[in-house]
Amino acid sequence: MKTSRLLFTGLALAAALLGGGCATQTVQAWQRGSLTDYTMRPDRDPLATAMAEHTWFSREASAGGRGVGGSGCGCN
Amino acid sequence: MLSRLKSFHPFLLAGLVLAGCACPVLAQPGVGESLPAWAGRGLEGALPETGGRVLLVDFWASWCAPCAESFPDLAGIHRDFSPRGVTLMAISVDKEPRAYAAFLKKFAPPFATVRDARQEYVAAVGVPAMPTTLVVGRDGKIRAVFPGYHGEKTGTALRAALEAALAEKI
Repeated sequence: MKTSRLLFTGLALAAALLGGGCATQTVQAWQRGSLTDYTMRPDRDPLATAMAEHTWFSREASAGGRGVGGSGCGCN
Repeated sequence: MLSRLKSFHPFLLAGLVLAGCACPVLAQPGVGESLPAWAGRGLEGALPETGGRVLLVDFWASWCAPCAESFPDLAGIHRDFSPRGVTLMAISVDKEPRAYAAFLKKFAPPFATVRDARQEYVAAVGVPAMPTTLVVGRDGKIRAVFPGYHGEKTGTALRAALEAALAEKI
């Protein structure tokens, strides 16, 4: 019983440490070049955007409001 | 099972707190600190002579819109302050050499520009934003840090910081 409890404690601690480790990665200001790439733009495919817009309009009876500022480095 | 989990939650909490302590603390440029030496950091390009001069170090990138906006202002600062003992050095953090070259071709800066391709020097300085401009005194210590570029406001503040650094007697 004691061994299983110890094992469970060890596993819980290891999981917490590993999970916490994932949260410590920060994108630095100089690493944000990738975020400004064209492929990061949600509206890079006009056809897909038009189709999604049509679906949105048909199903939800609403349109517009989907546009965002595109990609960016979040510089300012 | 629930009671077992209850007895373990202090351990989970302790683990999370420990993990929080492991968060890397990034060095940020502080006023009064020495500017890290750039020798041996892999900067590509001709490094300007800085001995006995006030230094304006600008970290920029071709993908950063405010950086492009700041270049005409920096060119004006270079024109006005270079004869008075200020050296302007712009350090690009571009990994892509073509983007770097295209930016330089477009803006043709009159000041020294180098590329920190490995992003080693910028990490050593730990700039908080792009662009970040540092005013460094004749003693090699940082006098002012300007994160971001906010148009005329930043330009005026930069000029004031340079005037103050030039007025210092060392």
